[in-house]
Amino acid sequence: MGLVARSLARGTANAFDRRFKAAGAVRRQASHVFPKHHSFFWGEFALYSFAVLVLSGVYLALFFVPDTTEVVYRGPFEPAQGLYMSRAYESVLALSFEVRAGLFVRQLHHWAALVFVAAMILHMARNYFTGAFRRPRELTWLGGVALLALGIFEGYLGYSMLDDLLSGLGVRIFSGLLLSVPLVGTWLHWLVFGGEFFGDIWISRFFVAHVFLVPGLLIALIGMHVGLVWFQKHTQFPGPGAREDTVVGERAMPGFASNTVANGVCVLAVLGLMAGIFQINPVFLWGPYVPSQVSTYIQPDFYAGFLIGGLRLWPRWEIHLGAYTVPAPFWVGLVLPLVMFALLAAYPFLERFSTGDRAAHQVLQRPRDNPTRTGIGAMGLVFWGILFLSGATDVLAASFDVPFELLVWAGRIGLLVLPPLAYVVVRRICVGLQRADRDVLERGVRTGVLQARPDGVYVEVRRPPGGADRQGRPIPLEYGGARVDHRPATSPEPVGEEPR
Amino acid sequence: MSGPREPTGPELERMSRGALVDLGHELDSVRIVAQEPPRRPGDVRGERRARRRVTLLLVLSLLCAAAFAWAYLFWPTGYVPPGAPGHTANLLYTPLLGVTFFGAVGALGAAMILYVRSFYPDEVAVQHLEKGPSAERDRFTAGATLAEAGEHTGFGRRTMIRRLGLTGLGAVGILGGLVAIGGLVRNPWRQRGDAPLWTTGWKPVGDEPVFLRIATGDPKDITKVRPEDLEPDGMITVVPFRESERDDPEKVHDAEMAPDNPVMLVRLPPGTPVANPPGREDLHHGDYYAFSKICTHLGCPASLYDSQQQIFLCPCHQSEFKITEGARPIFGPAARRLPQLPITVDADGFLVARGDFPDPVGPSFWEIRRGQH
Ligand code: HEM
Ligand code: FES
Repeated sequence: MGLVARSLARGTANAFDRRFKAAGAVRRQASHVFPKHHSFFWGEFALYSFAVLVLSGVYLALFFVPDTTEVVYRGPFEPAQGLYMSRAYESVLALSFEVRAGLFVRQLHHWAALVFVAAMILHMARNYFTGAFRRPRELTWLGGVALLALGIFEGYLGYSMLDDLLSGLGVRIFSGLLLSVPLVGTWLHWLVFGGEFFGDIWISRFFVAHVFLVPGLLIALIGMHVGLVWFQKHTQFPGPGAREDTVVGERAMPGFASNTVANGVCVLAVLGLMAGIFQINPVFLWGPYVPSQVSTYIQPDFYAGFLIGGLRLWPRWEIHLGAYTVPAPFWVGLVLPLVMFALLAAYPFLERFSTGDRAAHQVLQRPRDNPTRTGIGAMGLVFWGILFLSGATDVLAASFDVPFELLVWAGRIGLLVLPPLAYVVVRRICVGLQRADRDVLERGVRTGVLQARPDGVYVEVRRPPGGADRQGRPIPLEYGGARVDHRPATSPEPVGEEPR
Repeated sequence: MSGPREPTGPELERMSRGALVDLGHELDSVRIVAQEPPRRPGDVRGERRARRRVTLLLVLSLLCAAAFAWAYLFWPTGYVPPGAPGHTANLLYTPLLGVTFFGAVGALGAAMILYVRSFYPDEVAVQHLEKGPSAERDRFTAGATLAEAGEHTGFGRRTMIRRLGLTGLGAVGILGGLVAIGGLVRNPWRQRGDAPLWTTGWKPVGDEPVFLRIATGDPKDITKVRPEDLEPDGMITVVPFRESERDDPEKVHDAEMAPDNPVMLVRLPPGTPVANPPGREDLHHGDYYAFSKICTHLGCPASLYDSQQQIFLCPCHQSEFKITEGARPIFGPAARRLPQLPITVDADGFLVARGDFPDPVGPSFWEIRRGQH
């Protein structure tokens, strides 16, 4: 830094500090220690894709016309010449063909939305399987659950308001689900759509929700979420020096800050590449929404797949209460997702209640070290996975040439049988992995070398990480929660001790 | 909390930067337990190699940024149909943007990562974690301060005012909610027997016949259907049409766009055994059957027609409706039959509707059985 720049910086800092008395806080935050682990990246990934969503979304909103009014298309896209379409759909065609880089920004926005939700799911899985949600971070977890639900809803709103043939079916299904609510369903539908499906106000309402209400909530929740992570400090994996009352890692400045900014730049780059070379949601190929038309292989964005799957599997159990009806899709289209998110939100409290563990935790657990939790997580993932796959029964049926009726039955039965099975299997795997770790620590790493004992029996030579006593018996080490090296060549690091 | 002794101004002036950093870390309970330079001291070649790589990446980033700007500004955009000159170049516009964008931004990101790896010291810092709860002193004083503040408000003593005040606050909240929701509420049953959920565009107005018109998407193309227009096993989608609307393309178009109007007209091969359910014995006209196209599950068009098995399949969640049994749902999540439109042939040989659907069209809802006949 030159002399001038330096004195300028000093002057600004002094002026700032005289007004805000910030020096102490700045120093404290600059030496804030942040733990390092590659799995901590998913949350950042979600954060950066959200930033991309906001920026690209604001740009799109400058062109998008949230209007159901129908016009006859006269633009440059020949295949749509003369078709009736809403002004909303027309404006998306204009974005795709008449705005410079418009298609690029649209695809950037859509990919960012998919990556945003996918990163949230991975991030949540990481937090779940390592027990990061335990006290004192319950509020962070609850905020995360709300973010996932809102993120999915936000994506659905954006996808829907383009008013193309595919998304129109999604709106139709949403309308049917509103109608299915017992007692107030028809009133609810009239409240949202202003009348019978589809009416002439829904696009502008979806638009207000998509660009204003839900993003506002998302931004507020993200602020709270990240603020909590920062000020309660990040959890860490077991390792040298990592204790319940320490944080081991690198300081915010310069290491952590530089790395995270670099990560953000890389996320933007990857999203840009996907936006350029992978076509996504080519609505100009689907055509405008027409109620009597449909395409086969109806596939929504992946995050809605589990809902579609549920709707496909749920049997036609319409309940009649006197003159009134509870339509079948109510249970699976609205109650099931609510229950799934409620269970997700309640999990930290359920676990605390059942284990009685009320302690605050700064050190994470490896998934194997809590087999019950890991088993329950596997159960949930399998449940979600089957619903997700069932959302694609038509595609699967066509690709594997099996009747889809069979797949529906497989899904129904699988949904009942496979999750408990996953629980049992994963639990056992965890226990097995634990044993293997203990085996290494207590009896030594297997070397693969056979040696004859004096009695003629061949035994495998073990290299005990804790060394051997005078009789050559291994000195057992205690498991400290950190990764145990099972390879023979490396010399083991001491576990659970502080260096220096 | 007993921190280190506060150094005086002149002492601070005399301290080295390292000593100041240490002091700061002591105040923030941070310890640097390991700090290693990125490479051996004196490894000039390693240093030079790293510098060269970062420089290369940055130059690459700049070149790609220039390429992006060039493509953005000068590459031909718009839409070029397949076969026309420039079609391929036109298709390449967005990928070109993506690749150059990736080059510009990705190389910058890679340069940043590489820079940090090659030039920052590798450190392990340990910070003491200050967990809750707060120090006793703070908790007691905070509690006392709040208690005193509460005491000063006097709400505890003046119960009447407190209750009234809270009620008033609640009332304002409810008012807000009322205004927020009130304007959105609409009564679905305002038209009673003619409520939109009970009627469709097939409902006759006066004596005017309602014809079956092929849904073409073009309001100027008006094709009324005669029985001969359909082969056995044939299926077409039709919408309501009235002669009084012939010259009003907007009305014709609206009839086609109304979500509960589309009807699938099928002609069964002669002699097909049919089991019409009670109430649907005479809605068809000979081998011609007209069913609502709107799935009774959640409203998608149940439009995949399997003439072999006489089934309509809805592509959304794969409900199957058996045509020869009054469109009974035989598989999947739909619970109700597809409503059937009563049809006949008029004096000129055109198919016409003999009234609206006897059953409500579309997804089920709470009150639906009040409208079933
Ligand atoms: C402040 C934030 C946002 C703004 C201002 C915004 C704005 C918009 C606009 C104007 C469109 C329609 C134009 C078009 O796509 O061609 C759109 C579409 C869309 N939005 Fe957003 N959006 C925001 C955040 C999000 C988020 C957080 C998500 C997902 C989690 C999302 C998902 C989508 C999707 C999936 C589409 C359809 C895109 C397509 O296929 O073209 N948006 N958004
Ligand atoms: S809408 Fe037809 S099966 Fe769901």
